[in-house]
Amino acid sequence: MAKTESTVTWTVYDADKMTQREIYGIVLKDLGAQYPEIVGLSADLAKSTKIGTFGDAYPDRFFNLGIAEQNLLGVAAGLAKAGLTPFVSTFSVFASARACEFLRTDICYQQLNVKVIATHGGISFGSGGATHHATEDYAVVRAFPHLTVVVPADAIETAKAVKACLDITGPVYIRIGRGFEPNINTSEDYDFEIGKAIEMREGTDLTIIAAGNTVFHAVQAADILKQDNDVSVRVLNMHTLKPLDEEAIMKAVTETRRIITVEDHNVINGLGTAVADVIAASGKGCAFTKLGVPDTFCPHGYPEDLMNLYNIDTDGIVAKVGELLNREFEEDEDWEDEV
Amino acid sequence: MPLTDQERQEFEALAKQLRRDIADVTGWSGGAHIGGSMSMVDILTLLYWKYLKIDPANPAWEERDRFVLSKGHGGVGHAVVLSQRGFFDKEELRKFNETGSMLGMHLDSLKVPGCETSTGSMGHGLPQAVGMALGARVLHKDWRVYCVIGDGESNEGSIWEAAMAAAHYKLDNLIVIQDRNHLMIDGPTEDVMSLEPLADKWRAFGFETREVNGHDLDQLAEAIEYAHTVKDKPIMLLCDTVKGKGVDFMEGDPAWHYGGLSQELVEKAKQSIGE
Repeated sequence: MAKTESTVTWTVYDADKMTQREIYGIVLKDLGAQYPEIVGLSADLAKSTKIGTFGDAYPDRFFNLGIAEQNLLGVAAGLAKAGLTPFVSTFSVFASARACEFLRTDICYQQLNVKVIATHGGISFGSGGATHHATEDYAVVRAFPHLTVVVPADAIETAKAVKACLDITGPVYIRIGRGFEPNINTSEDYDFEIGKAIEMREGTDLTIIAAGNTVFHAVQAADILKQDNDVSVRVLNMHTLKPLDEEAIMKAVTETRRIITVEDHNVINGLGTAVADVIAASGKGCAFTKLGVPDTFCPHGYPEDLMNLYNIDTDGIVAKVGELLNREFEEDEDWEDEV
Repeated sequence: MPLTDQERQEFEALAKQLRRDIADVTGWSGGAHIGGSMSMVDILTLLYWKYLKIDPANPAWEERDRFVLSKGHGGVGHAVVLSQRGFFDKEELRKFNETGSMLGMHLDSLKVPGCETSTGSMGHGLPQAVGMALGARVLHKDWRVYCVIGDGESNEGSIWEAAMAAAHYKLDNLIVIQDRNHLMIDGPTEDVMSLEPLADKWRAFGFETREVNGHDLDQLAEAIEYAHTVKDKPIMLLCDTVKGKGVDFMEGDPAWHYGGLSQELVEKAKQSIGE
């Protein structure tokens, strides 16, 4: 597919100090100037998701559907059928669960060019409680054929993902946080390609594969381990859950032989499961463990406290790395030959 | 009268032929949603042969009117109409439901020429029709969107979510037609989940609402032409219909929501429909 020839610059002053939502709104507004086919939709969350920034600039191309998420996704499908490029924003739990079948049947089954930018992903809306957490959305949307699933690490990467999703003619689900997540990238000067993991840290002893807000903590953990224990930890920013960068995973398997996945999501059927599928299919032995929300609904609380509770923050990752480095596992007899 | 005598005769004959074809396909396919297909035949006949601006040779013609079958289980009826209208070869109907066929119980918009939306799950067509009507506004296009919904389908919350949005955005390029055949799988709509007073509900939701006999071509044509004149709000044509219409042993019997027909019953059905 031909890449979008865009001259748009979404360079935003102080981007590294913005939340994912703020920069999303600004980038979409910028893209709206160049692409008249972009329309925006929300369900009474225009302000909360920041798609309202686009709506304020292009009121004739923005539709608030009220608190009606099924209709939100269905109307987006109809707009795509009319030839437009709808961006839809609501909270992740509503996009993936409340409107689940409309995303599946209307948008994915019909392969429509709808971009769902789902905010407040995972437990980022900590105080909102389980009604407003989205710890199952990876599991749900990963299983929808034709859907590309992207989880940007921070604000700058959100800008890159929102722009990159225009190069895909088809449905895309981008999950971002609520806004209290620390930024990891300080510059836009790096390559971002949907479907291609980014090596944030080189390493040979173990690989941490993270996505979204856990990338920051994975990098912090790797730096601490390097400094304090001289452990060489590779960090992969697996910003695209689908299509998954299997090559980067297999490279980590063969070169580091120990893998930890870290996700702001139920450990069932999320990033860890996706990575485990690749390892299992390869037949290669590998010490492996998943960090994530155990199979539970999370309590109310500050996101950083909840991340600490479930060991998906820096401290939790450091501890798990130590554990996994000491774990024995059986290597294939021909391991070295194949490597 | 909006229909000439010649048109009326032509459409009546056509509707009978479509109903006979539906009976045939139901026989060939081993089973189909025949009751709700029969009930909407007259509506679809008028739309596809008189009112829809479409080009069967160019199904993707940008300026076309859009037709959305929200009650997607009427797939067999819709397929018969599309083939008769020239969107694809009628021979395809013989493979209805077969593995590898482009035609199945609920039509796939990526496979069936002329089929605008992949519907089947209830309450999904009207929201998409609202999106298409909004799309026409954004793109400054004159196309109209016609959407046929079921009555049982109107239990779905998404129908009313879409209705609210259609009225809120004053979609006068949206014409919703309800095939009010009074039956759903488990029995009469009013026994399973009361819909009445249905016309009042649509009015309360902001729709210009007309109640017509859904099998009276003149009434239907008059209502559709009236719909074209309504400004600043969407319209609902609430069509009183009979499930299984035209087949004496099916009419009004919820058992014929879905069913198969032996060759003997196909012939019996076609005899009842007549030439």
